[in-house]
Amino acid sequence: MSGNMNLTLKVWRQENASDKGGFVTYKAENISPDMSFLEMLDVVNESLIKKGTDPIHFDHDCREGICGMCSLYINGRPHGPKRAITTCQLHMRSFTDGETITIEPWRATAFPVIKDLAVDRSAFDRIQQAGGYVSVNTGGVPDANEIAIPKVIADEAFNSATCIQCGACVAACKNASAMLFVSAKVSQLALLPQGQPERYRRVQSMVAQMDAEGFGGCTNTGACEIECPKEISMTNINRMRRDFFTAKLFKEEEI
Amino acid sequence: MSSFTKTFSSTLGKKLIMSLTGLFLALFLIVHLIGNLQLFNDDAGKAFNEYSYFMTHFLPIKIVSYLLYASIILHAVYAVFVTISNNKARTVGYAQYNGSANSSWSSRNMGILGTILLVFIVIHMKTFWWEYHNGALPYTQYVTELQNPAAVTVTELQASGVELMHSSYIDAQNGVQVVVAKDLYQVVVEAFSHLWYVILYVLSMIAMGFHLYHGFQSGFQSLGFDHNKYFPAIKFLGLWVFSIIIPAVFAAMPIYIYFLTQ
Ligand code: SF4
Ligand code: FES
Repeated sequence: MSGNMNLTLKVWRQENASDKGGFVTYKAENISPDMSFLEMLDVVNESLIKKGTDPIHFDHDCREGICGMCSLYINGRPHGPKRAITTCQLHMRSFTDGETITIEPWRATAFPVIKDLAVDRSAFDRIQQAGGYVSVNTGGVPDANEIAIPKVIADEAFNSATCIQCGACVAACKNASAMLFVSAKVSQLALLPQGQPERYRRVQSMVAQMDAEGFGGCTNTGACEIECPKEISMTNINRMRRDFFTAKLFKEEEI
Repeated sequence: MSSFTKTFSSTLGKKLIMSLTGLFLALFLIVHLIGNLQLFNDDAGKAFNEYSYFMTHFLPIKIVSYLLYASIILHAVYAVFVTISNNKARTVGYAQYNGSANSSWSSRNMGILGTILLVFIVIHMKTFWWEYHNGALPYTQYVTELQNPAAVTVTELQASGVELMHSSYIDAQNGVQVVVAKDLYQVVVEAFSHLWYVILYVLSMIAMGFHLYHGFQSGFQSLGFDHNKYFPAIKFLGLWVFSIIIPAVFAAMPIYIYFLTQ
């Protein structure tokens, strides 16, 4: 079909975590501009399978921008050149015919490569398990609107809660810092009444786990909030700092 | 590890130290700049030398100056800690990295800019601070007529065996004010009569401007400060005052003295 594109892909291939890995160049031919980036990779993979070669491994699941599973560092940016979208929402029309596209995995010590472009993001799960929850007893259903929450607060908590745990913030950050993710998870609960009882314990344990996983520190470059597909803002990071310092320096007990 | 050390060894705590020391250093720049404006006085360095004496002998200022040296050291040492642990967080880098798409150049080069500034501070302190405290500086006497303050007689004093010291008094009989001061101004003039030295200073001030463009507002964020009304004001201040006006006025000093000596 006319209007279709031919592209050159420089793809990071790596057998497993201990393999050194390197770039392999592939041709992606007759690609429709309406395809998503992942569909383009499917096409390439089909031809690889036909040739009997190992297809390129990459993460994906929902393919509609809600699960956070797709990753890919495309031409020097996580999720490619567009803002506020995931790689599954990136269309091939964002590239030009004949272009060479470099595709790399998220790079962070805390995100080891599993194979090719797929990385292990279980560090995020462990941070969540360290305190990213509220402990509630089951019981009778409370009345709706029993606990008054101002609209602005509810909105802000909801914004924080839209984080899909994709890890683009870590990938974008020059320090491979996970602050945007962690602060979104801290904030979504710290803002709401239900999150209060564990508020200060939560921030301390989540930050401690974040450091233990080997993520870098925040130097306020702002790259994370620009690259975040859900537009989580750095306000969350500052809120997390306030809670952390309040807990560590201004509270009498270590709770 | 005690809770205290845990706080300051965490990623957030290390940056808290960098923020507090950095903002203190930024604050000091204002004081330093206002004092140094005396260099623009056309008085053979009288006001500047008196100011130098005051800054090195007034106790509260001496205490603050030790805090300042400690801040410089802490800021640099923690910068090294932070850089090492941040580099460890990504040992395999990207083949293609488009940092300018999502962050400012300053924010990505704070370490390089900071290193330039540290080297500058060492040279700067060697030239002026060390010389003032340990060098064999000449003493100059300024005799000002009380009736006519514009009439000042400037004499360079010869040491001739006696040890000279700073003094300032009113000689009512002769109707004059006499000031004898260590002449740091001469050292300044000598240093800035060399073009390469002026260039070094101007380049360092440019580096300082870029460092503070990111650093000033980042310092506030590291404290957790964020406010939809006041934070833009901090950013404005960081840009105009700390990364443009202050470095520019500082840079104007060596340039002014250079042209004075030509
Ligand atoms: S903060 Fe944004 S970039 Fe980071 S994990 Fe959540 S959604 Fe992804
Ligand atoms: S595959 Fe689910 S967000 Fe992209």
